[in-house]
Amino acid sequence: MKKPARTHRLWLAYMLHRLSGIGLVLFLPIHFWLLSLALTDRAAMADALQFTAHPLVKIAEYGLVFLLAVHLFGGVRLLVLEWARPVSNRWTDVHKTLAAFAVALAFAVSTLFFLRAL
Amino acid sequence: MLNLRLYMLQRLTALVMVPLVIGHLAMMIYAIQDGLTVGEILQRTQGSVAWFCFYGLFVVAVSVHGSIGFRVILHEWANLRGRALDLVTLATGIGLLILGSRAVWAVTFAELAS
Amino acid sequence: MTSKDDVLSVSVWRQTDDETGTFQQFDVPRQESQTVLDIVSYIQQNLDSTLTYRFACRVGMCGSCAMMVNGEPRWTCRTHVQKAAVDGKLQIAPLRNLPVIKDLVTDMDPFFDKWTKAEGVHHPSATRHDAIVPVDTTTAQRTIANEGIECINCAICYAACDTVSGNGDYLGPAALQRAWTLVNDERDGGHETVLDAVSQNDGCHNCHSMGSCTHYCPNELNPMKAIAGLKRETAKSWLKW
Repeated sequence: MKKPARTHRLWLAYMLHRLSGIGLVLFLPIHFWLLSLALTDRAAMADALQFTAHPLVKIAEYGLVFLLAVHLFGGVRLLVLEWARPVSNRWTDVHKTLAAFAVALAFAVSTLFFLRAL
Repeated sequence: MLNLRLYMLQRLTALVMVPLVIGHLAMMIYAIQDGLTVGEILQRTQGSVAWFCFYGLFVVAVSVHGSIGFRVILHEWANLRGRALDLVTLATGIGLLILGSRAVWAVTFAELAS
Repeated sequence: MTSKDDVLSVSVWRQTDDETGTFQQFDVPRQESQTVLDIVSYIQQNLDSTLTYRFACRVGMCGSCAMMVNGEPRWTCRTHVQKAAVDGKLQIAPLRNLPVIKDLVTDMDPFFDKWTKAEGVHHPSATRHDAIVPVDTTTAQRTIANEGIECINCAICYAACDTVSGNGDYLGPAALQRAWTLVNDERDGGHETVLDAVSQNDGCHNCHSMGSCTHYCPNELNPMKAIAGLKRETAKSWLKW
C-alpha cells in the first residue's frame, strides 16, 4: 500500500524548505540585533558572543547552520526544477534523488561547522 | 499568494543569494574555530568595501525573499488575505531591511564615520 | 461459517447536514478481485439504500468515482480492496478540497470553474472553412502536449494538493496541466491568453512542487512537471518584457 497522503519524499522536501524558511526569517532579527550591538554596546556584544561557548548554544548554532544549508541546497533544487528544461524522462525520480542529496549535503556542511565549533 | 511579479522577485533574489549563502557558510566554517570575539569580527569587516557590498546585497535580497516567502505561508496557514496580507509582507520586508542595514553598517563603517 | 477474513469492516462518510457528518460502520462480505467501488455499491444495494455516491464507467475512463480511501485520493473503480485495506479495514470519504453535496458526492463546480479560469478551453486558430492542417506527432512540442492529454478530470490531484487546502482560490494541478497542454498545442490560438491567465494571483506561481499531484495521479500523468513548464515559460516572457 502507498504511504499516507503526505509522507512521500518531495512532500517532505517541501515541508523542510518551508519550516527552514520560517526558522531563518525568525532568527534573522536576532542575528541583526546582535551585530548592531557593535554600534551601540560593544560590551553587550562581547557578552552575547561569550554565550556561544556554551554547548547548548553550539548545538543550536549547528541547527541554524543546517537550516540555512538545507534551505540553500533545497532552494537550488527548486530553481533547477522550475527553470531548467527537463532532460531526463525519469524527471520525478531525478528530483527525488536530488532532494535527498540536498539534505545529505546540508547535513555534511553543518556537521563540518559543528565539528570546527567544538 | 503570488502572481508572476512577486514570484520573479522571490526567485531572482534566491538566485542572487546562492553564491552569497555559499560564501557566508564558508566564512562561518572558517571563522568559528576557537570561538568568536568582537575584535575578530570587526577586524575582518571594519572599513571593508567588499564586505559592505557582500552583506549589503545579502540584506536587500533576504528582505525581499524572506518577506515574500513569509507572505505565502501566512496566506496558506493563517488565512491572512487582502490588505492585511500586503501590509504584513511590506512590514516584514522593511523591518528586515532596516535591522539588516543597521547591522551591516555597524560592523563596517559606523566607527569610521563617527 | 464466516471468518474474520471473509468480512471487511468499512466506515463510510455520511453527511448529516450541510456542515458536518459522521462515519458509519458496515460489514461487507469479501470477494475476490473486489474493488472499492464494489464495496460502496454493495452497501448501497444491500445495506443502506440512502447512501449517495457517484460513478459511471467502472473502468477508469470517466473520472467520476474518485474518493478518499483510507485517507488517500483514489479512483475507486480501479482500486482493489486487497491493496487499499489496512488490517481488514477500509475508510471511505468524499474527495478532499471540495464541498460535499451528500455522503460521498462532492460538488465539482469549483474544480471545473478553475479549468475555465486557467483558460483551459480551446482558442480557435482557424475556421471551419480552412483546410485541416495535419499535426506532426513527432515534434518535441507535440510530445510535451501529449504528456497531459490523458487527464480524465477525476480531481484526485486536486484532492491531494496541500496548496489547494491552504489557498482555496489556487487553480490547482489539473487546470494548470490543461493550460500547459494548450500552450504546447499548435492548433490552439490562445497561448498568450493562457500564459496570462495562469500568471494571476492564484495561478501557477503558487505551486510549491510538493508533488502530491504526480504521486497520486491514477493515469500516471505529471502535473507538477506541467506546472514547472508554465513557470519556466512565464518567467522567460517576464524577463524579455
